[in-house]
Order: sequence, then structure tokens, then C-alpha cells
Amino acid sequence: MARLRDIAKLIRTKNAGPFQLTLDIMFPDARSYQHVVASGVISKPAMARFFNVAESAVKLFNYAPGNAIKVTVPRLVPSGDPADTDLFGGQQFGPLVDIEVSDLS
Amino acid sequence: MTRQIRYLSPTGILGVGFSEDHFRAALSRDLAFIGCDAGSTDGGPANLGGNKPFFSRAAVKRDLRILIIGARSIDVPLLIGSCGGSGGNWNLNWMREIVQEIAREENLRFRIAVIESEPPREALIEKYRAGKVRALDPAPAIDEAVLRDADHVVAMMGAEAYVAALEGGADVVLAGRSTDAAIFAAVPVARGFPPGLCWHAAKIMECGGAAVVTMEKPEGMICTITDEHFTLEPVSPLQQCSPLSVAAHALYETADPYKMLEPGGEMDLTDAQYDAVDERRVRVRGSHFKPLPYTVKLEGAAKIGYRAMVLGGVRDPVILEQFDSWFGGLKAHIAENVEAIYGPSIRGRYDIHYKVYGSNGVLGAREPHPERIGNEIGLLMVTLAETQELAYSIAGQAAHMVLHHSVPQWEGLLSNLAFPIAPHFWNLGEAYKFVLNHVVELDHPLELHPIRYEEA
Repeated sequence: MARLRDIAKLIRTKNAGPFQLTLDIMFPDARSYQHVVASGVISKPAMARFFNVAESAVKLFNYAPGNAIKVTVPRLVPSGDPADTDLFGGQQFGPLVDIEVSDLS
Repeated sequence: MTRQIRYLSPTGILGVGFSEDHFRAALSRDLAFIGCDAGSTDGGPANLGGNKPFFSRAAVKRDLRILIIGARSIDVPLLIGSCGGSGGNWNLNWMREIVQEIAREENLRFRIAVIESEPPREALIEKYRAGKVRALDPAPAIDEAVLRDADHVVAMMGAEAYVAALEGGADVVLAGRSTDAAIFAAVPVARGFPPGLCWHAAKIMECGGAAVVTMEKPEGMICTITDEHFTLEPVSPLQQCSPLSVAAHALYETADPYKMLEPGGEMDLTDAQYDAVDERRVRVRGSHFKPLPYTVKLEGAAKIGYRAMVLGGVRDPVILEQFDSWFGGLKAHIAENVEAIYGPSIRGRYDIHYKVYGSNGVLGAREPHPERIGNEIGLLMVTLAETQELAYSIAGQAAHMVLHHSVPQWEGLLSNLAFPIAPHFWNLGEAYKFVLNHVVELDHPLELHPIRYEEA
């Protein structure tokens, strides 16, 4: 099995304004992009579990023009709130880097 | 010959620094303008709420001096959006004073447009009563009191304010809070280039040279728009754009990769196509813009109290192997101690936020492996209370409680925290929160954004 980091060229999270968090996974070409999309590891239910939000709150976009998968979720607390742990939302993708994906043949 | 418009974005945010040499080399008389974004909500709500600049005066002045001298040397307008970090009136005036100071020091004469973005509260409340303030998703619940009592509320202006300021003869436009893209879309759209291309390019250009393959340090970008496409080229000869790096930046900090709302319409990037021109340049085509009723987004920050903090590290393996139970007992102990000193009425009037680095300090409740603790953990405790004195006092007590909190296996007095800073707890000042994620419908684009002019 490969890990997501072996296939993607960029995995990141960032604030999309103070109330939302957005995840970008970018691939070097259409083939690797389509492979990960088809593998289903980045699905609405999986992302709902990952970000600890309701599935109905997950926006998931397979963005073919950029060979990218984008996921946007509401922040658990707004950016900069006392309970916030990540002001810019920049490190929330961490555990996704090593999730397993079938090898790109 | 195909008509075109070119412009320069020297840096992603004013005050972060950029290479003066690359900037000068990029100056050319065929530039229509130089644009620079100076703001963000990324620093949190205190920038707007507490009248704080995003970067230091010295850093902002350094960048501004280079930009003003450069723009004046080729006689093109300099457009700066979200002045002072948040674009509030205080922040805007802070930058206006710096610009005037630079003009005096450099013996330059030019016309400044100052565009405010903090609407009178009565105007906002009137809009709210008329049902013209709409929540975005997600948004906190609001009422009139939120609009009235927030420390500062700004409305993010669109492109029209920049165009009006230039029509008023401005050489340097200092805008309050603005959408980042409006700074760069204004002139190309006004000159009749396809709005889809103009807004899409602006969305990427607002970050200066950030849409490059590898950003060693922030440098600028030049954009050339024609009726068919736009082309991006980094100003640094050492940097390259690739279709991936440019597409990645179109996605950056946006909730939806296809549709992005701006005042007066929506970018639609569904048909966008990113192609390499050569090793360094990328060409984009196929972006659209759909006009919509004119709305501007509101940002608001309200004070929620004062904070103080403690930071230390735990290295005792005996504590670490039972960290959860030890830490649970500790938190209860701190609450008891605070109540013993201030009485039961203190309950609900203060908060302590604990962040445990090395366990789940970064992901919080989302951490899938909070049990994986290494050789040490870092413990950050931030207190919040209605006065600075109370927040400070509770931080001091919490520090003391952690230090001596018992460990079942040990006897005698313990010192459980290694403090890296002396004194070991300190004041953080006012705390704010964002209270709005709403748009307001306008009757005309300049309704909330008055422009005034002054000579430098």
C-alpha cells in the first residue's frame, strides 16, 4: 500500500475565513488524481469522521481542472477563539498524510 | 496586435518584506498599476477588535517606501487594500500617517485617496432591520446588539471603490477592508477585459508571488491579461510557476474551488484551464464571472475579556505514563483552588484553556492518537476573565497547582513543570472573538465606503 503523501504533491489545510477550514490535496497529473478519487479514501463520510463534523456539513469537490480534491468543513470553533488550537488552520491535515491508498499501478 | 493589460503584485502582504532589486527590475511603463494587499483575518480577531497592525510600523514603512518610490518613478497608481491588517479606521489612519511621513522624507508630491470601510452602526442596524443582512454558512447568530456593541465592524469593499478613487485622481489609494481580489480586479475590469479572467487572476495575484512552485522567500508576480487568457510570471528570475502551483493558488483559502463570491458577482472557475507557456510562465483561460446583486461581507470583532498564560514542559516519565488521569485530577484541583480563593461566585466567570503539546495540542478533539506521548509534553494554559488582574491571578495559581500537583508514586514536594520563560506566567491583554460572518445588500457599491482625498 502507498500512503497519500507518496501520490500527492501538496496536502494542506487553511482557514477559509474565520469560520471554515479547507483542505486541499493536489496531484501531479490526472492519473494520480483519478486514482485517489476512485479509491474513495477521501469521501464525505471519511472526512466527516476525520474532521469530527456531521456528514451534511462536509463540502467535497473533485476539482479536475487542478487535479485537486478540496474539502471544506465548518471550524469546530472560530479562528482565534480561546478554545482554538490552530489560528491559521495550517496543521489540521496532519494525520491524512499517512493514510493508506492502493498503489498507483 | 492583441490588446493587453499588465500589472504587478510585489508581495502577498505589505510588511512581510520582498527583494527591492526584483521589484525595481519589474518596474516598467507598460504596467497599468501596482497593487498590494495589506490585510488578513488570519491573525485572529484582535487585529480588528483591538486596533493592532498586522506587522510592525518599521516593517510596513520599509515596504511602503519602496512601493511608493517605485510607483511614482513610473507614474502608475499604487493600490493598497485592507490597510493596517484589518482595514478598520484606526488601522487605515495608521497607514495614512506612514505614507505622509514617507512623502515628506522622500520629498514626493502625490494625491492620496483614503477609502473608509467602517460603516456607521446605525446604517448597519437599519440594513439589519430591513432584512438586508444575511448570514453566510456557517455564521454565528446575531441581533442588533451584536452590530451595535462589537468593538469594530468593517465591510469588505469591492472593485468599484478603487475605480472611483482613481477617477478622482488618486496616485496612491489607501483602502480600508477590501476583498483581496478587488484590489487587482478593479482596473482590468474597468478597462473592459473579461471579468472572469480579471477576477480569477486577481484571486491569485493578491498573494504576490505565492503561486510559485517553491517559495523560498516572498517575491512578486506580474500578470498580463488579454481578451482570451491571463499569464502569470514571477518577478524573480529564480522562481517558476507551474500549472499545479497556479491551480493550487486558485484554491488557496477558499471554501469552494469552482465558485467564489465577490461583491457584485461570483467567479466561476469550472472551465478554467491551466497551461505552461514555458518553464516559468503559466497561462489560464476559461474563467467566468456571473454578476449577482451587490453584497459586501461584514467582519466584526468583540472583546470577550482579558487573558494571561503559563507555558511549561513535563519530563517526568512517571507522570507521562499516566498523563490523562494525572491531568484530569490536576484540572479539578485548579478549579477547587480558584473557587476557594474567589468564592463560588467565580464559577462561570473565568475559563482556562489547556493545550497539551505532544499529545493533542494541535488537533484537539480531532487527534486520532492522543495517547502517543513521547519523552515530554508541553503544557500551555491560557486563562480568560473579565479583568486582566483576575486572568493573571488565576494563571499564577494554575501554574502553582501544576507545579506541585501530587503524583501517586512519589512522596514529598514535587516540581512538575519546566518553565522556559521567566517570569513563568504573564499577561496577554484583551481577547476578542469574530462575531460576524454575514453579507449586507447594498443599494449601490459605494454606499458604505466614503472616499476622501488629500495631498501628500
